[in-house]
Amino acid sequence: MLTKRIIPCLDVKDGRVVKGVRFAGLRDAGDPVELATRYDREGADELVFLDITASAEQRRTVVDLASRVADVLFIPFTVGGGISSADLAGEILRVGADKVAVNSAAVRDPALISTIANRYGSQATVLSIDARRVDGHWEVVIDGGRAAAGRDAVEWAREAVARGAGEILLNSIDRDGTKLGFELELTTAIADAVSVPVIASGGASSAQDYVDLFRRTNADAGLAASIFHYGELTVGGVKDSLAAAGIAVRPPERALA
Amino acid sequence: MIAIVDYGVGNLASVRKAFAAVGARAELVARPAELRDANAIVLPGVGNFGHCSREFHGRGFAPALHAARDRGVPILGICVGMQLLFDGSEEDAGEPGLGFYRGSVVKLTGVPRVPQIGWNAVRRTGDHPWLRDVADGDHFYFVHSYAAEPSEDVVRGTVDYGGERVAIVGSDGLLGVQFHPEKSGANGLRLLRAFATADVPVAASR
Repeated sequence: MLTKRIIPCLDVKDGRVVKGVRFAGLRDAGDPVELATRYDREGADELVFLDITASAEQRRTVVDLASRVADVLFIPFTVGGGISSADLAGEILRVGADKVAVNSAAVRDPALISTIANRYGSQATVLSIDARRVDGHWEVVIDGGRAAAGRDAVEWAREAVARGAGEILLNSIDRDGTKLGFELELTTAIADAVSVPVIASGGASSAQDYVDLFRRTNADAGLAASIFHYGELTVGGVKDSLAAAGIAVRPPERALA
Repeated sequence: MIAIVDYGVGNLASVRKAFAAVGARAELVARPAELRDANAIVLPGVGNFGHCSREFHGRGFAPALHAARDRGVPILGICVGMQLLFDGSEEDAGEPGLGFYRGSVVKLTGVPRVPQIGWNAVRRTGDHPWLRDVADGDHFYFVHSYAAEPSEDVVRGTVDYGGERVAIVGSDGLLGVQFHPEKSGANGLRLLRAFATADVPVAASR
């Protein structure tokens, strides 16, 4: 049976993890590769790196990051954050990333989704949607949640899939950082509107939030950042709770030896 | 040297890096003639079958793969590279595969989500030397919208996704896996390690 995926997310700037990390035993808590390795050992099914470097150096740092991760990690990972061209997406995929996530640039130019999907395949093309509730529907926001895009999130998800997006990374701006749990209504609205997998994001603070997500919606994966960084939750602990609730997860793997 | 067939498709760097992680040297090979020097060959592939088939055949790799198969060089097909071992796919009828195995590749139906993306347990249904470290029920990472339907007895593993689907096909000197061993953690690395240390028939080593 296909298992539900637990996906830690790392925000990276200038090649360093941005949000504070309180792991004991890390030599360099700011090194995304070392943190990613830690999550891999804990049983993370996949990783997402959001690069928020806002400088001319971004192209070099994001490709370098993807390459360094692919040198040591052998689980799937997605790179997102400011990806505005199919060429940059291609560079990131060529060094070993599995998927690229596009967000604001795709809202401004939806053809970006088709171009990346046509060149590198839908399986490598993730649409990241930031959405908030307004007047009984969910509207898309861009530029890190600052600007309304003037689009309905459900309709945008459908269009993106028609254009070739192979997966939706759905972030609730209302829940982001609130620890109120995943936004289940939003997740249901999107997950039931498209045929491709949906990764829910924003608001998770407990293993029970993950149980609720997978019991009450058709989400395929749940993403979280700071709760894992701060050690409030471990990936293994979340999986134990899910397994106890009868939800299929990937069990801990045997060491390579 | 393990040759990774570089026909312009697929996550080739990941495959090369995964072999490096188990101490094996693998190189990307973009010219069919260079496959003559290979001790083992990996045929990767992602995305659309027709695109993969056109690029693969267009660059002239098919005769080199058939020659390698005749010499007994170990060959591992991954994802669409596994599907290319068959005659063709209903994804793009008319675009040929290699025809090493009889059968076709059909769309996943009767499931809420296509593609299947994620980790799923593989049920071992047959033996193969390169599966010696794969246990029944080991999880692997899948990304696919189509699955092989062999018309000969080559199924070595299956996966449950809206029914039993073919996950592994194999026979003497040849193995195809629908999942991505290079992205399946320790389970995948074990499989690649077993392949990298495959016995090469005398006729294949030069």
